[in-house]
Amino acid sequence: MTMNNTPRLMRRDQVWPFLQPARAGINVDKDIILYIEDLSVSFDGFKALNNLNLYINDGELRCLIGANGAGKTTLMDVITGKTECDSGSVYFGQTLNLLNYKEAEIAELGIGRKFQKPTVFEAQTVFDNLELAMKSNKRLLPTLLARLSPSEVDRIDEVLVTIGLIENRAQLAGALSHGQKQWLEIGMLLVSKPRLLLIDEPVAGMTAEETERTAELLTSLAGKHTVVVVEHDMEFVRSIARTVTVLHQGSVLAEGSMDEIQNNPDVIQVYLGEEP
Amino acid sequence: MTIWQTFLSRRNTLDSPVLPFVTVLLSLTILASIGNLWIPADSALHVSTYTITLLGKYLSFAMLALAVDIVWGYCGILSLGHGAFFALGGYAMGMYLMRQIGTRGVYGDPILPDFMVFLDWDVLPWYWLGMDQFWFAMLMVLLVPGLLAFVFGWLAFHSRVTGVYLSIITQALTYALMLAFFRNEMGFGGNNGLTDFKDLLGFNLQADTTRVSLLLCSAALLAGIFVLSQWVLKSRFGKVIEAIRDGEPRVRFLGYRTDRYKVAIFVYSAMIAGIAGALYVPQVGIINPGEFAPLNSIEIVVWVAVGGRGTLYGAVIGALLVNYAKTRFTALMPDGWLFALGALFVLVTVFLPNGLAGVYGQVKASVKRNASDEQSPHQKSEAS
Repeated sequence: MTMNNTPRLMRRDQVWPFLQPARAGINVDKDIILYIEDLSVSFDGFKALNNLNLYINDGELRCLIGANGAGKTTLMDVITGKTECDSGSVYFGQTLNLLNYKEAEIAELGIGRKFQKPTVFEAQTVFDNLELAMKSNKRLLPTLLARLSPSEVDRIDEVLVTIGLIENRAQLAGALSHGQKQWLEIGMLLVSKPRLLLIDEPVAGMTAEETERTAELLTSLAGKHTVVVVEHDMEFVRSIARTVTVLHQGSVLAEGSMDEIQNNPDVIQVYLGEEP
Repeated sequence: MTIWQTFLSRRNTLDSPVLPFVTVLLSLTILASIGNLWIPADSALHVSTYTITLLGKYLSFAMLALAVDIVWGYCGILSLGHGAFFALGGYAMGMYLMRQIGTRGVYGDPILPDFMVFLDWDVLPWYWLGMDQFWFAMLMVLLVPGLLAFVFGWLAFHSRVTGVYLSIITQALTYALMLAFFRNEMGFGGNNGLTDFKDLLGFNLQADTTRVSLLLCSAALLAGIFVLSQWVLKSRFGKVIEAIRDGEPRVRFLGYRTDRYKVAIFVYSAMIAGIAGALYVPQVGIINPGEFAPLNSIEIVVWVAVGGRGTLYGAVIGALLVNYAKTRFTALMPDGWLFALGALFVLVTVFLPNGLAGVYGQVKASVKRNASDEQSPHQKSEAS
């Protein structure tokens, strides 16, 4: 606590901002890509996040579980710059303080997010959706004059194969099934070549077969990317997760492998215990 | 890579609507011009100068509708204040035309327009300086609406004002400008506005040839702006604009600064509206604060809704048809027009959500639906 009360410039654990290179790349020397410390957010007195501490390793696939209102979505909102926090810090790598960046800048730094409800651009084709999401110069004039290079087209096609939508390339995104829209959205994250993928409830409303394919897709992504998945479906979590973090009332309740979690007495009491 | 190269390379994406649109537009105006200038007045094919002027007026309205369609149909910004940009462009043109009058005014002052002499002003206000130069006035036609749209858009989109709130403040904007321009102290002729124009670039505005040239200019500019807009909207920039309409927060998370895109498209649209105003004024011969009236701006939205949003050509068709109807209707039953306009808007919203441009798609979809209903249930389950 004393550390947080120290003025920013006096803190010995941080480099002075003006000594940092303006656009430092992400630094993952310690193998940790996301540092979340003492994070608190409250809405009208309701503490959505309460001194939450969470570290995500580079290249891992992490599942976040928790009952409704445990703060999973709020956490994602803070990381992606949608919600401002009351106190605490969020570092991307060792140097980038995400709280200083806006949504678009955070996306540019390499954090991609998939929302709970699939939000693809329905009036545009599958290919166009991916083109928009592609990593590129997103300022006005370059976008106006942009042309797809052959390697970019290949990259999009590669992603289309990965997400299994290559045959729907020229179809309007609005005509896709629910599961396909979810995959398209994951594809939109992939073409932007993010370091960190935040995926909110990827299998909600999917058929068993679609769920299975999604699980395959997500496990294949880990390693190349760091993936954080928020999910309710425990079967699904079991099928993909190596490490699971349980959130409860805005803070971390337990962390470990799925088996450890399921045998943890606290978890059984507050989360799994609720189910008959 | 130059802009021109990308323009040419994207020609194949400038597909379906462009060529037919430009061809029909230009050939009709050329035919009308020939009908006016070379076919004798007693022939059945003769086109009266009145009709030529009317067509020119319609085309400037069509350009205005195009401007609204760009922000509303493509970007989802429902502007109920585009009449303001139109009127500002018109005023810039009007100021140039006033300065062209010279000593031919009622008071014969070589520099001051009549209304300033009447108000006992001795010198030209600073903002009238340079307006005697055609190039400068044309620059102002673009810059004044553009600048206003930039400042307004920057404030509104940066603080994320959207939806109905944005529509309301655009209304307030045009209303405020109307009240300001009604004041004599503003130096824009008060409620009489600017009128009694004599000539444009030395050509007599009353001459048939000038009228026909203005019509041809309007058509050429409309065609040019149509092609340019089609190019802009088919580019990746245009895809971003459409994506903003369908899900702005999502676009932001993709890394686009959506407020800048919205400001850019808003400024572009305002400039087109300004050009439309500048074409309108010499053809109707007057510009007054009535053009800022909120009702006018709402009417533009109706034109676009009738023609069909998000197609560009739909907006043009809507503007032409509704204005033709207005000309006809107000001649028969002047008091009934607003009721007819309201009824039209309601009918279109209920029965043709995509406007006239969407009729083809709607018919095709219903034919397809009927066809699939006729399939046996077995086939249908296979198909789905």
